Amino acid sequence: MSLYQLNYLEQLEAESIHIFREVAAQFERPALLFSGGKDSITLVHLARKAFSPGAIPFPLVHIDTGHNFPEALQFRDWLTKEVGAELVVRKVEDTILERKLTEPKGKFPSRNWLQTYTLLDTIEEFKFDCCIGGARRDEEKARAKERIFSVRDEFGQWDPKLQRPELWSIYNGRIHKGENVRVFPISNWTELDIWNYIRKEKIDLPSIYFAHEREVIEHEGQLVALSEYVQPAQDDIVIKKSVRYRTVGDMTCTAAVESNAATLDEVINEIISTRISERGETRIDDKVTEAAMEDRKKNGYF
Amino acid sequence: MDLLRFITAGSVDDGKSTLIGRLLYDSKNILIDQLEALEKSTKNRTDGSVDLALLTDGLRAEREQGITIDVAYRYFTTPRRKFIIADAPGHVQYTRNMITGASNANLIIILIDARQGVVEQTRRHSIIASLLRIPHVVVAINKMDLVDYSQDVYNNILIEYSKVAKQLELKNVSYIPISALNGDNIVEKSDLIDWYEGKPLLEFLEEVSVSNDVNLTDSRFQVQLIIRPQTEQLHDYRGYAGKIVSGIYRKGDKVTVLPQQINSTISKLETGGSEVDEVFAPQPAIIHLADDIDISRGDTIVKSDNLPQVNNELEVLLCWMDEKPLQPGNKYLLQHNSRLVKSIIKKIDYKLDVNSLQKQSAEGDVKLNEVVKAIIKTASPLVYDSYPKLNTNGSAVLIDETSNNTVAAVLFQ
Repeated sequence: MSLYQLNYLEQLEAESIHIFREVAAQFERPALLFSGGKDSITLVHLARKAFSPGAIPFPLVHIDTGHNFPEALQFRDWLTKEVGAELVVRKVEDTILERKLTEPKGKFPSRNWLQTYTLLDTIEEFKFDCCIGGARRDEEKARAKERIFSVRDEFGQWDPKLQRPELWSIYNGRIHKGENVRVFPISNWTELDIWNYIRKEKIDLPSIYFAHEREVIEHEGQLVALSEYVQPAQDDIVIKKSVRYRTVGDMTCTAAVESNAATLDEVINEIISTRISERGETRIDDKVTEAAMEDRKKNGYF
Repeated sequence: MDLLRFITAGSVDDGKSTLIGRLLYDSKNILIDQLEALEKSTKNRTDGSVDLALLTDGLRAEREQGITIDVAYRYFTTPRRKFIIADAPGHVQYTRNMITGASNANLIIILIDARQGVVEQTRRHSIIASLLRIPHVVVAINKMDLVDYSQDVYNNILIEYSKVAKQLELKNVSYIPISALNGDNIVEKSDLIDWYEGKPLLEFLEEVSVSNDVNLTDSRFQVQLIIRPQTEQLHDYRGYAGKIVSGIYRKGDKVTVLPQQINSTISKLETGGSEVDEVFAPQPAIIHLADDIDISRGDTIVKSDNLPQVNNELEVLLCWMDEKPLQPGNKYLLQHNSRLVKSIIKKIDYKLDVNSLQKQSAEGDVKLNEVVKAIIKTASPLVYDSYPKLNTNGSAVLIDETSNNTVAAVLFQ
């Protein structure tokens, strides 16, 4: 490779940093939506690089479903202190009480759908005109179609048929009052790219990404950890297993992967050899219908 | 390992989505659960073998109608390269989506149905490839299984397409006979096409050289934002953050800030949070200058011995992308990378027939998907190069100030 050529990770990083700087320059009140997962942790790392030696010029916003892994919350608090960013937390619990929403029922009560209400309220409260998110196009079919700058109407809705042309690396973030842009700086990264980048840049992750012992039950072939939100039914068999998490969402809708991978190298080797996709293996909520994600996005979901 | 971005283009039933499905499937980049979901939806529609095209059609309307509406991006990796595929729609009414997908591509795969040969859409897609100067063109002659893998059919199409390529001045054109449905010449060389001596498609994609696609000669840097931490330790820190659009910058380089026309010297360079001696395209960078100059977002810093054009009246090619027609005399915002200026379409010289490349009279409105040659006047001067010379500094978009939509692709001439 010539001296003046970037490898693929450097090219992806360059694209993401360019996008971050466009956001900071084009919007008055941007925010970074932070979930505590590896993708948003990578976003924070990229944002830091984009504005260094200055501080990250926008707050990290966490829409807290109340069903989080405690390790993810601890990590969130540690990271925001570490980077010196402002942290805004808004709770789905409060939205449910305030707006008298109906709690989802069932064995794995996902508040995923309700998160949208809290997100939209938070956008309105802080008058955020741009929300930066860690969605990747390789995750899911509907995401594969979304632009990097994705305009949402005042209800937060995405209209897949009316997307703006997005040419070269020119990003048009102009909006009317009340509208809002979702920006996805790591659109072109795959799961493996994220992991390789984490290794290259030595980015810290919450401990649940690495193998540890946990009490789990089996549900339709997936391993779900017991917690205060997931209790075993009478016919469930509780087993203790060495597991790790491939994605970090809510405890109610994220499944664990059986694994002994305790280091980054071991995790990456497992991901290279897996034959099941990230969302397919770990998300209990995406299996409902084929267009589950498209529907949620149209409704204002992340 | 490096990165290749490519786009697939073809008309409605040329088997574009099947080809992508096949590339992902045969290179083992499709995972079990995705395949299961696919088998399930295939069963819902028809009986028969797995429809690989369903892998790429993401929206419900697309699956229902069996067509592609918007660009879908797909990713796959082989031990040699990471690939980003823009799967673009073939229909005429979605040309703007195709341009979206093509604008960042190093390579285009133009699919031709072996039974049909070169058709109107082939020509239109080739014209887009030519306008956007996509560096590499692969003509994949598909459905060879339906013409008994005939070499004559292949040769005739090759001769027919060579004429189009010559007329459009397409460079680096390669031809590969394939069957996406059966996997012939996709990952493995096909025994049924033993008369073909070239590489199968995937091997071609892995080996095509893209290192010359980045211009390292004409140094251009546009300021995205100014970094001024104003903390105690960094009280006097003032750096110009942006992307190296093209070329190489070194510490000590004599530079000119445009359009201000002020000279200075690079006193310090940073990338990725650390100080460096040189930076090159497309790295992100922070440039510090030896002199205190009034610089804002959108201003350009170039090496003083290699200057771009600076004009407020320029000749452009416009690809119109909005349902609302363009009316000469209308005002639009022009966004050239990070620079936003008001502009007015002064005059339309001619329309370009995207099927024949003939110049036509400029009478009447310019409608969706039409390409015109025009004169644009801007409120303040632009710092640019012609698109054919330097595409990364030669392109812009027009934005309708009332709808905020991106309404045109602009190629500076």
